[in-house]
Amino acid sequence: MYVAVKGGERAIARSLELLAEARRGDTAVPELELAQIRQQLRLGVARVMQEGSLYDEDLAALAIRQAAGDMQEAIFLLRAYRTTLPRFGYSEPLATQAMRVRRRVSGTFKDVPGGQVLGPTYDYTQRLLEFGASAASNTVEADEPLATTMPRVLDLLDAEALIERIDPGSDPEPTDLTRDPLMFPADRATRLQNLARGDEGFLLGMAYSTQRGYAESHPFAGEIRMGEVDVLICPEELGFAIEIGEITLTECQMINQFHGGNGVPPQFTRGYGLSMGEGERKAMAMALVDRSLRCDELGEPAYAPAQNQEFVLSHSDNVEASGFVQHLKLPHYVDFQAELSLLRTLAAQQRKAAGTEALA
Amino acid sequence: MSTPYNFAFLDENTKRMLRRALLKAVAIPGYQVPFGSREMPLPYGWGTGGIQVTAALLGPDDVLKVIDQGADDTTNAVNIRRFFGRVAGVATTERTADASVIQTRHRIPEIPLREDQLLVFQVPEPEPLRTLEPREAETRTMHALADYGLMHVKLYEDIAQYGHIATSYDYPVMVDGRYLTSPSPIPKFDNPKLDRSPALMLFGAGREKRLYAIPPYTRVESLAFDDHPFEIQRWEHHCALCGAGDSYLDEVVVDDRGTRMFVCSDTDYCSQRRDDATEEAA
Repeated sequence: MYVAVKGGERAIARSLELLAEARRGDTAVPELELAQIRQQLRLGVARVMQEGSLYDEDLAALAIRQAAGDMQEAIFLLRAYRTTLPRFGYSEPLATQAMRVRRRVSGTFKDVPGGQVLGPTYDYTQRLLEFGASAASNTVEADEPLATTMPRVLDLLDAEALIERIDPGSDPEPTDLTRDPLMFPADRATRLQNLARGDEGFLLGMAYSTQRGYAESHPFAGEIRMGEVDVLICPEELGFAIEIGEITLTECQMINQFHGGNGVPPQFTRGYGLSMGEGERKAMAMALVDRSLRCDELGEPAYAPAQNQEFVLSHSDNVEASGFVQHLKLPHYVDFQAELSLLRTLAAQQRKAAGTEALA
Repeated sequence: MSTPYNFAFLDENTKRMLRRALLKAVAIPGYQVPFGSREMPLPYGWGTGGIQVTAALLGPDDVLKVIDQGADDTTNAVNIRRFFGRVAGVATTERTADASVIQTRHRIPEIPLREDQLLVFQVPEPEPLRTLEPREAETRTMHALADYGLMHVKLYEDIAQYGHIATSYDYPVMVDGRYLTSPSPIPKFDNPKLDRSPALMLFGAGREKRLYAIPPYTRVESLAFDDHPFEIQRWEHHCALCGAGDSYLDEVVVDDRGTRMFVCSDTDYCSQRRDDATEEAA
């Protein structure tokens, strides 16, 4: 009769079999190939790489297939694998101004040197479901070649001293949140690292809240650019940087109003977002949240959730959040028993007190 | 071993980082040491802190026991034991007395532990003040100043409102008279077992990235007031299976009319007692 917790091992084994069967589905339908996922679900692959903190399209595709398309599960798989990888070194700072741009838009100027380039975007698709096979076109010929150099839009404002200056030389040594715990208060570089790994949906909601009066920062999309950037490392034994490959990135620089304060004159300020692959929504949300978290540094009144770094940074990670929310399905018999007996005591006390009152 | 992973999953440098943090934790009893918690292949909140501590401590000759709610055969305990069986290939046991390392969630075994045993706790929230003060920067300062008035006020308010302290598990303790510490969500029934325990007790909170320790024979006091001393749970029942009157009991609903039975939460303790009884009878 007392069988409630027996047989855990067998139950787990059977559950794994059921999962494998459900994941694969009808075996008459061919299994997805990794190349299909990598190429035809490339935005999903990009998100998994970004939040999984590992730029590897094949592994991300494998994780997506293994997770049956559950992106957070795929991110978790990639993170757990990432733990076991040694760290060989750090890259040189990525030169996004030298990006081989495939998309570049600015909301602040009608035209900018290098031009506005829509590139492959869902923005103007009208969201009509395309029934039947999707139109496939293997080669799209460019009408004219893109400019080889595209200065960053914010650098144009910088020349006029209208926007805060960022001195890259003043950057602190980066912390590595995958090796060191997040401590508070966190500097901007550490915050950005946390936001980069943060859940897109969470950041989107946080960013949205800043547009609806919770830490309004009056943002303009100064520039969004997407394309390929070289990755360089400088091996100690060589003493000079060598290129080890290229990665696709989306960078967003927000321009925000600032009326001056804390000894800083009125000027435009910056919010920064960077995402692996084509991750425009993530990069934009990140840039807004980056800016709102700068409230202390800029002497702005901090009252909104998106300005509270402990609130934002402690809850942005979906692997942490997903694990802890879902741990509630683990047994809590012992604690529950403790609460049951406490509640019975409290209820008995109250009944007794009520009885005494009724008599009085 | 059919695994491309290092012994006990983590690489040796990571284990060294963990051992250093654990040494610091032992040196400052009850102090929460921030550490570079790694992402484990089990979810946060499911024992990743305990798993990392165990991974850092396990040697090939260790015998591992894993319990959840006092039981060896609850699914998460089974899964963690399976994990170490797979990536470390160590011997596992369900017998408390035979284990050199015991990883636990929510309980301390009923039989007293020995000096040559390690008890590793899985900790969801290492900060005993968290429910009273959400900001980490604040709580760290409070610990630095040993400013625990907030917790005493909370306990006092319980007494004012209910006539007794209304905390039944994760009941806060003072370790070595210095640090207010979460014993992890064990029932307060288990708190006395923390005091001057011969076994080293290590606490791992993976998601919150903190480690702490209660070294052997360290004084551990459950918070109380002179006129409201600390008390543990008691039952009107004995265990329905082994008859124990001194163990923590789980309440099990056995039919749809709400009939209850009470049984030992520590399944090894219960089955050892039953085995002994059978032997005596024979």
